[in-house]
Amino acid sequence: MRPKMATGVDRAAVEGMGEYKYGFSQPENYVFKSRKGLSREIVQEISWMKGEPEWMTKFRLKAYDHFIKRPMPTWGGDLSQLDFDEIYFYIKPSDKPTTSWEDVPDDIKRTFDRLGVPEAERKFLAGSGAQYESEVIYHHIQASLTKQGVIFLSSDDGLRQHPDIFKKYFATVVPPPDNKFAALNSAVWSGGSFLYVPEGVHVELPLQAYFRVNAQSMGQFERTLIILEKGAYAHYIEGCTAPIYSSDSFHSGVIEIVVKEGARFRYTTIQNWSTNMYNLVTQRSVVSRDGMMEWVDANLGSKLTMKYPSVYMMEPGARGEILSIAFAGKGQHQDAGGKVVHVAPHTRSKITSKSISKDGGRASYRGLLKVYKGAEGAQSHVQCDALLLDEHSRTDTYPYIEVDEDKVTIGHEATVSKIGDEQLFYLMSRGLNEVDARTMVVSGFIEPFVKELPMEYAVEMNRLIQLQMEGSVG
Amino acid sequence: MAETLEIRDLRVSVQDKEILKGVTLTIRQGEIHALMGPNGSGKSTLAYALTGHPGYTVLGGEVTYQGRNILDLPADERSKLGLFLAFQYPVTVPGVSVANFMRTAINARRKSGGNGQGKPISIPEFRKLLREKMKMLNVDEAFAGRYLNEGFSGGEKKRVEILQMAMLEPHMAILDETDSGLDIDALKAVSEGVNRLAGPDVGILLITHYQRLLDYIKPQFVHVLLSGRIVESGGPELALELEAKGYDFIRVRHGETPTGKD
Repeated sequence: MRPKMATGVDRAAVEGMGEYKYGFSQPENYVFKSRKGLSREIVQEISWMKGEPEWMTKFRLKAYDHFIKRPMPTWGGDLSQLDFDEIYFYIKPSDKPTTSWEDVPDDIKRTFDRLGVPEAERKFLAGSGAQYESEVIYHHIQASLTKQGVIFLSSDDGLRQHPDIFKKYFATVVPPPDNKFAALNSAVWSGGSFLYVPEGVHVELPLQAYFRVNAQSMGQFERTLIILEKGAYAHYIEGCTAPIYSSDSFHSGVIEIVVKEGARFRYTTIQNWSTNMYNLVTQRSVVSRDGMMEWVDANLGSKLTMKYPSVYMMEPGARGEILSIAFAGKGQHQDAGGKVVHVAPHTRSKITSKSISKDGGRASYRGLLKVYKGAEGAQSHVQCDALLLDEHSRTDTYPYIEVDEDKVTIGHEATVSKIGDEQLFYLMSRGLNEVDARTMVVSGFIEPFVKELPMEYAVEMNRLIQLQMEGSVG
Repeated sequence: MAETLEIRDLRVSVQDKEILKGVTLTIRQGEIHALMGPNGSGKSTLAYALTGHPGYTVLGGEVTYQGRNILDLPADERSKLGLFLAFQYPVTVPGVSVANFMRTAINARRKSGGNGQGKPISIPEFRKLLREKMKMLNVDEAFAGRYLNEGFSGGEKKRVEILQMAMLEPHMAILDETDSGLDIDALKAVSEGVNRLAGPDVGILLITHYQRLLDYIKPQFVHVLLSGRIVESGGPELALELEAKGYDFIRVRHGETPTGKD
């Protein structure tokens, strides 16, 4: 009995299932019921539903076993409210409840208004619309990418259609035992993007997880795998400044990136999850000789974010750069930063972190700068700047510096500031009211970050900061 | 409404120290006044108190502009009425370009209906205006993209202050020691700019320690501020007398001890 098909993507997934024969076969007349909590059975069922090869099912189960054994981290944010028994770990796309537009909080609706988000997008972002179909654009992009030999699919499709490439790299950058949430993601992952750029290919167009792929990639346990072959170039952007409203309260993603010799890759994230969300993400890249990895990371929403994009420079000439901003408003805790690991000599890295705290929010920089013995000539500079907008807010810095090699150049600078009275007066003396003057100082503070965003994102980002400063965003 | 700035018996303290002890001064449209005085006499205090710096406390007296009491208004409201201060030490605002700042300031005025419909200025119109004023003041176009006052030399900061004045077209401008730190060429350029902005609709208060600026921007009235009060007023010849005889001469004339320093 074939399950009912609700969406175009679902149809493709189910059709794909029928073509493969694997170790596990689905029992006849089986109907999967989405239910709360996690168990070995549920992990097995997830794999069945997706029609995965045996190795993936085994991988998931092993990861699950590790997840159960592993204790919760005692550092970072407060995870005590997280109740795994209350979470749906897999919902069939056709079963996923759509939020009624009426239930979407007013402040979210107002933000859409202020940011000028088009009607159709609003419903999608609020989880109350069917998938946002941008058919024509999607197919056009796909056609041009395919011509170049670029593969850009959802992770589920990537595994299905390119199993050899997928298996070769999957979990090589973030193995399940890395941390408890990587283990969890490894057990229940669903959705995310799979990007493969062949040798020497330059993808000029910034790749966005277009909505068709995004519907799956915005899932709670997205798993993204990106491979850049020798000399390749691409830029990937995910997220958006408009708040993502979700009844899901927990998002735990894993992003693995392989940058081979002489390749260059930039991954930009703008996250503005609604403020009920726990956002715990493991992002890591390994870079080969003369390769370059850039993380551009904006953390604006969520109740708690723990996220440290990392660059492992494995061969000489490898470079990494992490540019991160975090905005912590009322009731928010952003625990973000980055990790740069110099394994090989003559590698270079730079971390620039800018954080803003307001209305009692807490922004923490947490970062690792590690240089292995033998990594001669390694250069690294870490700059973390914090801006406190009032007396109730909090900022912390947890820099971990482990340098086991002498012949290196390392720098670390941290500043904490508030908006100066003289700055405020100067701006107000030109006719800006107090809110606009403060907003201007904050915009100036994050300018080094905004400069790196494509135009439309930069405009949205500035507008969003304006709204945050006016206090009209929930 | 006549653009007259009337200061009556103004007393101001900063950090609990009384600096201005009763200043009275009237500046009308079309007039250029120079306020001179030794260091510590209260020149900058007057400038800050007039423009609404929150660190300065008014202890007594009145200031009206366009017939309204402005001492109750915050700095931005005073600015929108047409008041402008060219700072002696302009502060740096990192990450905010000169162009961006100027456009925001112009739009702030437009929003409050000061200039008409309330619509923001279009980018092409703004660019044209900025280019025109930069050319007039001999300010390199590259400054438009630079962050406000970041890494600017003293002279460059002063020129950008006058550029802002040119863009905002105030009716009552206070120039706080605009000449300090400028070499002769910069001084000439700045003065030319101010002279072009001056006119029958504009009142200007030049605050300066030295007479030199007044060779280029010619005031009709010169006042001397000493220990928080205006002790003498006259025409341009008063400034020349000051230059020739020094502030000690004035001090003695008003029963104060000479310092032997200026």
